[in-house]
Parts: sequence; structure tokens; C-alpha cells
Amino acid sequence: MTAQARHRAAVAVLVAAIAIAPLLLGKFGVSLLNDIGIGTLVALGLVLLTGIGGATSFGQAAFVGIAAYATAWLTTAHGASPWIGLFFALALTGLAALAIGVLTLRLGGHFLPLSTIAWGLSIALLFGNVDAFGRHTGLANVPPLKIGAWSLVEPPAIYYLIWALVGLAFLFNHNLLQSRPGRAIRSLRGGAVLLASVGADAFRVRLTLFVLAALLAGLAGWLYAHMNRFVSPSPFDVRASIEYLLMAVGGGLGQLSGALAGAAVVLLLKNVLQDTLPLLTQRAGQLQAVAFAVIFILLLQYARGGLMGFVRRWTRGRFAAPEVDAARFADAEPLPRRTLPAAGAPVLAVQGAVKRFGGLVAVDDVSFEIRAGEIVGLIGPNGAGKSTLFNLLTRTLPMSAGRIEFLGRDVSTLSQQRLARLGMARTFQHVKLRPQMSLLDNVALGAHGRTRSGLLAAGFGLDRVEERRIIAEALRHLGRVGLAGRAHELAGSLPLGTQRTLEIARALAADPVLLVLDEPAAGLRRQEKHSLAELLRGLRGEGVTILIVEHDMDFVMKLVDRLVVMNFGAKLVEGAPAAVRADVRVQSAYLGGHDATAGGAASEARS
Amino acid sequence: MSSASSGAMLEVGDLHVAYGRVEAVRGVSLSLAHGQIVSVIGPNGAGKTTLLAAVMGLLPSRGTLRFEGEDLRGLDVEARVERGLCLVPEKRELFGELSVLDNLMLGAYARRAGSATLRQGFDVVYGRFPRLAERRRQRADTLSGGERQMLALGRALMSSPRLLLLDEPSLGLAPLMVQEILAIVRGLRDEGVSVLLVEQNARAALESSDEGYVLETGEVALSGASHSLARDPRVQATYLGGTADGE
Amino acid sequence: MTPEVALILGIDGLANGAVYLLAGLGLVLIFSVTRVVFVPFGDVAAFAALSLAAFETGRMPATVWMVATLAVLALAVEVRSLVVRGESRRIPRALVGWGLLPALPCLAAWAIAGRPVPALLQVAIAVLLVVPIIPLVARVALQPIADASVLVLLIASLALHFLLSGLGLLFFGPEGSRTAPLIGGALSLGGFGISHQVLLMVGAAVVLSALFFLAFERTIAGKALRATAVNRIGARLVGIRPARTALLAYVCASLLAGLIGVLVAPVTTMYYDSGFLIGLKAFVAAIIGGLVSYPLTALGAIAVGVVESFASFWSGALKDVIVFSLLIPVLLARSFFSVHEEEEEEIDE
Repeated sequence: MTAQARHRAAVAVLVAAIAIAPLLLGKFGVSLLNDIGIGTLVALGLVLLTGIGGATSFGQAAFVGIAAYATAWLTTAHGASPWIGLFFALALTGLAALAIGVLTLRLGGHFLPLSTIAWGLSIALLFGNVDAFGRHTGLANVPPLKIGAWSLVEPPAIYYLIWALVGLAFLFNHNLLQSRPGRAIRSLRGGAVLLASVGADAFRVRLTLFVLAALLAGLAGWLYAHMNRFVSPSPFDVRASIEYLLMAVGGGLGQLSGALAGAAVVLLLKNVLQDTLPLLTQRAGQLQAVAFAVIFILLLQYARGGLMGFVRRWTRGRFAAPEVDAARFADAEPLPRRTLPAAGAPVLAVQGAVKRFGGLVAVDDVSFEIRAGEIVGLIGPNGAGKSTLFNLLTRTLPMSAGRIEFLGRDVSTLSQQRLARLGMARTFQHVKLRPQMSLLDNVALGAHGRTRSGLLAAGFGLDRVEERRIIAEALRHLGRVGLAGRAHELAGSLPLGTQRTLEIARALAADPVLLVLDEPAAGLRRQEKHSLAELLRGLRGEGVTILIVEHDMDFVMKLVDRLVVMNFGAKLVEGAPAAVRADVRVQSAYLGGHDATAGGAASEARS
Repeated sequence: MSSASSGAMLEVGDLHVAYGRVEAVRGVSLSLAHGQIVSVIGPNGAGKTTLLAAVMGLLPSRGTLRFEGEDLRGLDVEARVERGLCLVPEKRELFGELSVLDNLMLGAYARRAGSATLRQGFDVVYGRFPRLAERRRQRADTLSGGERQMLALGRALMSSPRLLLLDEPSLGLAPLMVQEILAIVRGLRDEGVSVLLVEQNARAALESSDEGYVLETGEVALSGASHSLARDPRVQATYLGGTADGE
Repeated sequence: MTPEVALILGIDGLANGAVYLLAGLGLVLIFSVTRVVFVPFGDVAAFAALSLAAFETGRMPATVWMVATLAVLALAVEVRSLVVRGESRRIPRALVGWGLLPALPCLAAWAIAGRPVPALLQVAIAVLLVVPIIPLVARVALQPIADASVLVLLIASLALHFLLSGLGLLFFGPEGSRTAPLIGGALSLGGFGISHQVLLMVGAAVVLSALFFLAFERTIAGKALRATAVNRIGARLVGIRPARTALLAYVCASLLAGLIGVLVAPVTTMYYDSGFLIGLKAFVAAIIGGLVSYPLTALGAIAVGVVESFASFWSGALKDVIVFSLLIPVLLARSFFSVHEEEEEEIDE
């Protein structure tokens, strides 16, 4: 049985179980399942935001609260229908998330989660201190939901609505993750530089994800308000946020199903504790918090992958990974291609580039030009400033002085992602692949800048046509680098040399005018270097211009049309490989301080 | 190159080291005698830095690792420092916000030295690197690249090491400076300190060392006395700037 | 708002700021060495306050049982870890360090409880009683994941807060208490009174900060601590064991927490969970210092104290909301000024 078939079977069983549960369980059991459903929605947002997007939020309960209070206030103070309350609640939650996100999502490192504590606390404190919200007493008599004449007051009635919404949420997110915006979301943890190199803006991707997670929490809040028909501040404080995080971590942050597993386990456990602890001690309420804290700490020490992490590891060896059938995509229309400049036309011109780090001058007034159809090598000993110059060219680092022109346009202050969209594709010295994504998905990410499907289109499944074109394109490039048969494998399982090749395939998927490679030969064996050189020559034949930054002088000698040699941050020499190699200055730069006679002795020994 | 020599100071036998998901060192064996300089050369990504990290204990490894007959593998990094191993890593890992003086003083931390011993240590280091004496109260992160290298080496000297592990000491240094550093390293060898030297500047490394190993993609490709390695045509072609006709 | 009112608010703010300063120092100390944002710091301070209150009413503080339980747990974890690493010969030392040492203040507390002893002794024992708490808790909950990302450590730290405050409720009960002032009376300044207690708080903050600074700059242990904070790998390479410096940092922070507790106890009614808010506000100060700079943390602490004071004048109920909302622009400014490398943070791997 393939993994996909097993997956479908499991989902079918689950749906059937959920459908018949209210017929088998009593009122209490159904109420518990309702709570689990609501918790699942919030946890789902967290799995997306934290598990997949890498941004931890300790404030999701605040969003639940905003929506709950919004609809409660609107329906009690103004007598509006709960369905109007839904729009109001979601709008308010979405706006709050947008505002908070714009302010805080640029924070890096540990500052971001700390900021979520800040606003999570502030908002929670706000609920308890505003008169209109009833302060600590809260708002009561919130009207129940009604569909036509049918009131959803009883737990089994609202049960189907809750779980229908949970199902839709899962479907939306499942579609989302398999799409163009989904690949960008799954690459957030690879870093902003990775996303910029394929033409995506990490901040916007993260902001969209943040708002999505908040809206899921908001939906949960609306359901909560009209199910319990009462809102007060305490379910929306930091403790509740930690509980949601526990659900997500405990269930397994790596996959959507973790949200459901986690919510079920946590709430069931809470129930069990509430029933059994009073039998042991009078101070049961406090012990519950202690018990949960202990469980969470143990989880962090021993089982960070959560419940579904165990399940995944158990099933990984037992079911075959899905094969990708290239033939299915054969009829997809190819993506539109750029017109490449004529041979010899200027592609990249660097004029007087300078980069200073405090007192240290890493790049000292370097100028050179690259013309269409050539392979240019940038070489120099370690510490010569090649990587810094490389980062200046790709706009990963700002220049202290100088000018860069790409295809005749001044790009000296352009952002990385705009430059990438103009046609400069790059690889990285320390490979930036997504190890948990398939080869196919990694390469497909490269086409991000050429395509357009957005979050909503993807979630509702309206992007299928473009998606097929993207997959076809990715398969084509995988084939070009000789990896077509392994499209479904995970990138993390590849040896280093193959990973570098995969990165080149990703760069090719962007349909570049200029391909910029950062030490592609480092760590490769002799045979792999041969294949790489072949590949690059083939690309030149197709009209792609290539800039290689390399440390391995030998590798570039036979490959490039021209060499630029750097040392101590400055350009030492430029010219054809043979001339550069024979240049005494280059020899002494690499060999270190010996005069021409020593170089002569070496050449004597050669012959 | 047999690793069975009983008088060896450092014995590395069939060492395997994983770096992330990749096996970066695959079955490397080498040995270092007392008062010897051994150099390890090879291309970027060959596993040289990983090898040193494993000897120091920063990375876990499989295989034999013995220092003066003692199995290193039960010892953590700090215990190895106490035994007299000292690594000067590629990134130097200085204490940027602390002064030059403090950096040097902490170099002797493992010796739990009294002020007299410290004073002696300072004199030796300042004697070798006068520029550090001039800048002794400056913060380490205000020093130039070459001065930082000097400080890193000086800090290592403060620990009175028995085995010095140097990772690319020539990185970013002017040729003259490289010669100075290597002269100091040779001087140390004459005083009985053994040195395991990893270098990208193959010529300088082979000229300063007694024996050499060539590492390629995690394996030892060649080894032998340094002066013979320097004349070996394969080494010349790949590392010493010979022609690339023989591929 | 008259000038007199402003002055009163200002002095009040300064007094609170002094407390936040000490707590901020403790937080920065722990973070810089261990990368842990130690959220339960305030809870430990509250325990010291409640311990002192217990002494004053002639009872033995429940903290004794808490420390004893934690010591047993820490000992068990340490022994197991030693056995697994094949270092069983170190077990006697572990018994002394993790078992005997924490027991000493417990025995002292038991000895003086209910007896007529000088107030100063009660204060000293109350402080010493909470000193083992942070190191013990860290040994059990944080050291096993010491190499995890800052994020995982933060989550663990938050969980620890709920653990400690839950234990606090369990051991101390929900009632609040206030202790007698450490120094009675007030200073008169031109018809204007500043209580000696306030002066003590500010004075303590100044003296302790100075001691802190000296210890860091002049002692080798202090330098080793700073070195670990500045470059962990470099520290290991000169033979400084991170676990040891972490322990030192935790002990010093615990001591600070104890001192804060006894300083604050006469001024506010302390409940088992009062510490959390104190810790959080100190945390705002620590963030102003970027979690690395002590002088900026000190300035930040005074700012937080003063802002809180004036905010409470304007709206008593919303003062905390204002203080925490201020954290956001502070974080923004901080992030703007600091360069951070891109870390791939994988919680679940």
C-alpha cells in the first residue's frame, strides 16, 4: 500500500468516526468533542505558523479572545445575528493580526516570540479591564447559532458545524501546502535569503501566514462564544496560549494532523486529571497546572516531535514514498520564458565596488564586466573577499560604495528578490535546501518568481492549472541535472555533491539570464566535478551566462572563458585562464610569498 | 603511514566523523610523534576542519583516538584541554568584548595558574607578538585580522599546550605574516610542542612540517614525509600550482 | 498633576525601578550565559517574601519542603546522568553538591522557625532558603536541553513558570502577606517624606550593581562567566565548562531573586503569583538592554518603574497593559539595532 492510499484510508476512517460519534456518545462526550474541535482549529494555526513557518506565537489565545468578545459584544449589546458576528469577529481579528504582524514580524531571532508574549499579555489584560466587556464578570447571554429555524444550542447540533468547519480548514490548508504559496511557507525556515533568492518576500509570506493562523483562532473564538454562550477573560490569557502550544507540540508540529492529535490528547488528559486529582488531594486545581507543566517539560526533553512525530517515524520505513509520474504532466503548457540577451551583450557590470565592515575593508574597489554567453570565474585564496563580493552582487549585502548594473539597469540598491525576478539566480556555498521537502518541491520553489497563484486560490484549489505547469517545469530541470527518477525523494537524504546539483536545478527553474554559483565544486569528488563541468558547459551552449566563484583553481581553469582573480579584497588580475595561471602575482598569491624562482622550480619539476 | 607506533603522541585510527547528515571524515588514520609537526592539506570541504574538531572533542566520532596512550573518547572538550590539547579554530573564537589581556589570561584558565606563572606566560606572548602588548587593553574585536590571528595563537600559547591543533593559520594573512607564524610554529616544535597543522596553503604547510597527509573528500589520499610529498607530481599538479594536463 | 504629586510618583517609580533593576540583572545574567529567558525569576522572589512572612508569624516556611523535593529530584537526575556516562566515582561529590548544600538552609530554617531570633537572621535565612531553587530547577528541567534553540528553552522556561507558581499555590496557599519593614521610619526632605524602606531599596540596587560589576570585571570566575556569555565555543576551548558557569549564573541569580523578595515584601502584599508580574516588568527592562547590556538594563528598569508609576496614576486598571504594550516598540528598536544571524530553528528535530 502506498503512503498516499494509506493516508486516504486513515482520513476516511476518521471522518466516519467523527460522523457517527454523537450517536454513540452521551452529552458529555459530545461536549468534549466540541471542545476538541475548537481547540483543533487554534492548534492548526499554530502548526502552520510555528511548526511549518517557524514563528512561535505565545499569544494565539488572544486572537481567540478578540473574536469571542467581538461577536459576544455585537450580539448582546447590539442584538445582531451571530452570522454577522462571524464576519465582524473575523474582520476584527484579521485586522488586529495585520497590525501586530506589520509591527512585529520583522523581529528576528528570539525577539519575535518575546513580542508575542507582550501583546498576548496586553490583550488578555485588556479584556478584564474594560467596562463594555463586563470586566472580570464577562458577557453573558450570548445568543446561540441558528440555521434557519434550527437552533444549534444542543451540543450534538453545533457538533456537526464545528467539525464541518474543522474539515474545511484541514482541506484548505492541505491544498495550500501543496501549492506555490505553500512551498514558500514551507521554505520560511530556510531563511529570508533563500526566499529572496527565488524572488519571494519572506516578510510578506510570514505576515500572510500569521494572519491565517489568527483567523483560524478567530473562527475558534466565534464558535466558542456561541457554544458556551458566555465569555470571560480567563480562557484567553497566556496560560491558555501555552496550552494551545502544548497541543501543537504534543501532537506534532511537523504535520497538520498533529493539531487534531494534540488537541484530543491534551483535552482528554485535562478531563482525566479533573476527575482523578480531587480523589488524591484537596488542592486538585493547582496540581493540574503543575501536572501539565511537568508533562510539557518532559515532552521537550524526550519527544519534541510529538505524537505524530512518533507515528511518522514508525510509518516511514513501512510504506513506499509516492512516485511522481512524469507522464501525467507531459501535456502541461510550458511556462513563458525570458528572451536571453544576444551573445556578447553586457549582462553584469560591477564598477568600483567597496565593502567596509567597521575598519576592515573586505572588498576594495573591484570592477569587472560579464557578457552574455560566457562563463566567468571569480577566484582567489581564502579570505580574499570573493564571498563578500558575491554577496554584494546578489544584493545580499549592501555596498559601501560603487555601482552594479544588470542588463543595463542600475541595481545597486535593488532588493534581493527584485533582482532575482529580473533574472539573476544563485546557489549557496552552504547549500540552502529544504531537507524535509522532496527534490521536486525544492526545484519547484525556484519558479516562484515566474508564477502568481496566491493563498486563496491555492487553498480553494483554483490554482491547479498553473501548478501543473510548475511541476512540469521542475521535472524538466530535474531531468537536465540527471535527477528525474528521484523526484519524490527527500532532499536531506542526498550526498553533498548531489545537493549542489539540485540547487543548480532550482536556480534553473527560475529561467535565469545570469546564473551565479558559489563554490559549486567544494567537497565534490573528481567524478562529480566532471559532471558538474559538463552541465555548465551545456548551459553555456544554451545561452545562459554563468559566474562561478571558486576556490579550486584547477576546476575553473578548463571551464571558464575568463578569470577574475582577487586577493586582499582587491582585483589582482583579469584575463584568459592560461594567462592568469602564468601570472607571477597569481602564483605568489596562492603559494604565499615565494619569488619567481620557486615558481620556476615547480614548473621545471612538472615537465 | 602506520598508526601502530607505540611512541606516538597522537594516534588517530580509522576515524569516522559525521557533520550534520554527511559523513565528512571517512576512515582517516594518522599519527603524530612527540616534537613533530604534521600538516594536513587538501581542498575546501575535504574534512580537514572536521578532523580537528573531532580530535578536540567538538564533534562525536567513531574509531580510535588516543593521546599519549590514553583513549580520548571518554573525555569532553574541557578535559582534553586540561590534558594539554589546544585547538586554534579557523574562526579563532576569541572573546570579542573582552580585552586582549583578558583573552590571554583566560587562555591559561585550565592551568589554574598563579600570578607568577601568568606573568611568565604574558612575557613569552608579548615577546613573540609585540603588537599585542601595545594593544593589551583594547577589546579583541577592535583588532585587525592579522592581530586577531596573533591573539588566537597567543591565547593558545598561554595554555602551555603539549599538542597544538592549528586550523588554517594563514587565512587572510599577508605572505610575510604567514612566514612569521610558521616560524613561531617551528620554534614551538623545537621546544617539544607537537603541532597538527591544517592548511590551504599547501606549499607553506609542507615546507614547515615533518610529515604530511593529503585529505580529499574525507579520506587520506596521500601521505608521507613532507619533502617527498612536495615533490610528488600529483600533489604538485593539484595543490602547488602545476599544470592540470594530467586529469 | 502637581509637582508634588509628580515627585511622589517619581520616587515611587524609582523604588520600583530599583527592584526591576536587580531582577533585570538576574535575567540578563542567566540569558547571557545560558540563552535561557528565565521567566520564573519573579516566582522565586515571591517565595523569599512568603518565607520571610512565615518566619514572622512563627511558622516554618513551606519553602523547606519545596527545596527538599527539588533537591531529591536534581540528585536523582544528576546521579542517573553520571551513571550513564560511566562516571560513578563522581557520585559522592554530587551528593554533597546537590543534596547536602541545599539541605543546609533548610536545616537552618527549621532551626529558627518559631524561635525568637533577630529579624536580620530571619531575613538572611529567608534569602538563603531560595538560593538553591533556581539551580535545582535548572538542573532538572533545563540542563538536559541546554543545547536546544533559544525558542525551545523559552518554551521550557514558560512551562517552568507554571510549574513553580503551581507549586507555590500548593505550598503557600492563596493568601497574601506583607512583612514588617526592614527599616522603619522616614527621611524628611523639606517637608517631604521618603520612607527608609524606599531608600534601602534604591541603596541596595546601587550597591549590588556595583558588586556585580566588580565581580565581573575583577575576578577570574566573573571573567570566565563573561567569556562563556560572549563565546561559548571559545570558552570550551580554553577549558571553561559551560555547565559550571551556568551553575554559577543560576546561583547568583537566585541570590538576587531572594534579595528582591525580602526588599519588596514589606512594601506590597505578596501572593504566590505576585512574582510573575515583577519578573515580566523586569523583563521589559532586560529587553531594553538587549538581554546583553547591564547599564542599559539599569536605565530601562528605572524607565519602566517611572512609566508604571505615572501610568497607574492615569489609569490604575490599565497600567499593566500600558507597560506591556511598551515592550513592542522596545523590541522593534532593539531588533533594529542588533544584527542577528539566520538560525534554522527546528523545534521538533
